[in-house]
Amino acid sequence: MQEETETSESKKMTAALRLPETHDRGLAIHVRGLSKSFENGPSVIRGLDLTIPAGQFVAVVGRSGCGKSTLLRLILGLEEPSAGRIALNGSEQTKRIMFQEPRLLPWARVADNVAVGLSRDIGKADRKARALDVLREVGLSEKAGQWPATLSGGQRQRVALARALVSRPALLALDEPLGALDALTRIEMQAMIERIWEAQGFTAILVTHDVGEAVAMADRILVIEEGAIALDVDVDVPRPRRRGDPALAELEGRILDRLLRNGA
Amino acid sequence: MANSAAIRSLPGRARAAEAAPVKSNPRLRLEAGRLLPWLLPTLVIVGWQAAASLGLVSTRFMPAPLDVAAAGWRLALTGELFENLWVSFARAASGFLIGGGIGLFFGLANGLSRLSERLTDTSLQMVRNVPHLSLIPLVILWFGIDEEAKLFLVALGVFFPIYANTLHGIRSVDPQLIEMGRVYGMNRRELFWRVVLPGALPSIFVGVRYALGIMWLTLIVAETISANSGLGYMAMQAREFMLVDVVVLAILIYALLGKIADSLTRALERACLSWNPAYRNT
Repeated sequence: MQEETETSESKKMTAALRLPETHDRGLAIHVRGLSKSFENGPSVIRGLDLTIPAGQFVAVVGRSGCGKSTLLRLILGLEEPSAGRIALNGSEQTKRIMFQEPRLLPWARVADNVAVGLSRDIGKADRKARALDVLREVGLSEKAGQWPATLSGGQRQRVALARALVSRPALLALDEPLGALDALTRIEMQAMIERIWEAQGFTAILVTHDVGEAVAMADRILVIEEGAIALDVDVDVPRPRRRGDPALAELEGRILDRLLRNGA
Repeated sequence: MANSAAIRSLPGRARAAEAAPVKSNPRLRLEAGRLLPWLLPTLVIVGWQAAASLGLVSTRFMPAPLDVAAAGWRLALTGELFENLWVSFARAASGFLIGGGIGLFFGLANGLSRLSERLTDTSLQMVRNVPHLSLIPLVILWFGIDEEAKLFLVALGVFFPIYANTLHGIRSVDPQLIEMGRVYGMNRRELFWRVVLPGALPSIFVGVRYALGIMWLTLIVAETISANSGLGYMAMQAREFMLVDVVVLAILIYALLGKIADSLTRALERACLSWNPAYRNT
């Protein structure tokens, strides 16, 4: 475990913006023999083993219904495993999720929505200051006093990102958060998430349908088929990555081939 | 937009605006827009006055507006009008608070707790299907013509719309938001105050507006049948003495009270639901 933490540290040496106190921020995840079946149903996850070092950016891809979202929910503790165990190791334990939908409270102004992500024992003035800080990071500081209904889809999802980040989580789970956005907004959001991940050093798990998005953002890609890991590849292309990089395209093709072959 | 502002402008002002031809001045146009809802009531009153003055309708059955105004002035001078108005208002308000409070309580309880719902919802739905005004004979037997009778009927009448709409509002809160609240560490109390109640509020307001209508209806019927004070009583007394102008006066006051109650609710909605685009500019 110690070793894993160190390898991830060296991997992120490019993170120039990282503050000293953000060292070792990420959670390391150890999953052993994990199974999950819902009442009277077949197993969704079947005896899955997985180790994610602290600070790694992992993308989980797979066809609909392969169990990738269930895996994410199990790691977050939103579902109880039927068998096996999950250990999260790290100095901080804050886990946050970003959903496919923004899920903002329509009756709370943007800054108050962001503050939902903060722990309850933080004072009012501090909450406001921290919400504004993170809104600035996602480029929405001028929208702090607005109602969510006045924002565009991409802006709402950025507020949701700010809400997930405001507590400086050690693990950020992204459950297809960009699926509903238009192509350009999606690329901007990918870059923004990547930049913030590099700066803060949390562990990130991105569940996505979009293999192109996975190879552009992740250190490592897991292909899930029928509740088990079918493919586990590292993405060695250095950051910042250029869209259309032949190495990324080659990898994307390989993963797509694997997904399509299995479906045919 | 128009109603809340126009409620303050009485027909007198509306008539003045009509007389002045509206040109392209934007301020005047805005003013005219606000007065527009009052155009029809004003025309009806003017036509009515004209018909009465020309002898087209018998003032024995339908007094002229000026006579009604005179009756109002007369009763205002003796203090009778305000006394009855106050009595009716106090009954309406306290009945509304009692019945609405109980309705809100059961709506919240049954929306939040399966057990509570299974225990009480069926019984409440059965009682709901009894027209509450059909209880008047029973209520007179129980309470006579005392205050309790009126309070009981008004409370019973406003209970159901508020109960049903509160329950519906809580049921229809987006489950994704509730899941988000849980995942972000809200406890049950926070979930209620920050997610469930604000989410149910638009529906609760619908219930309040329904209930206000039922509140006036119930009170008038109850006061007409069994009371010794209040607007309904005033109208019934006037009928005994063929004071048709007072009867019409009472009816007009009901119309105005209903409109005021509705406008107050709209203002409250705008204040509480300003986050909702549907309420922002209404």
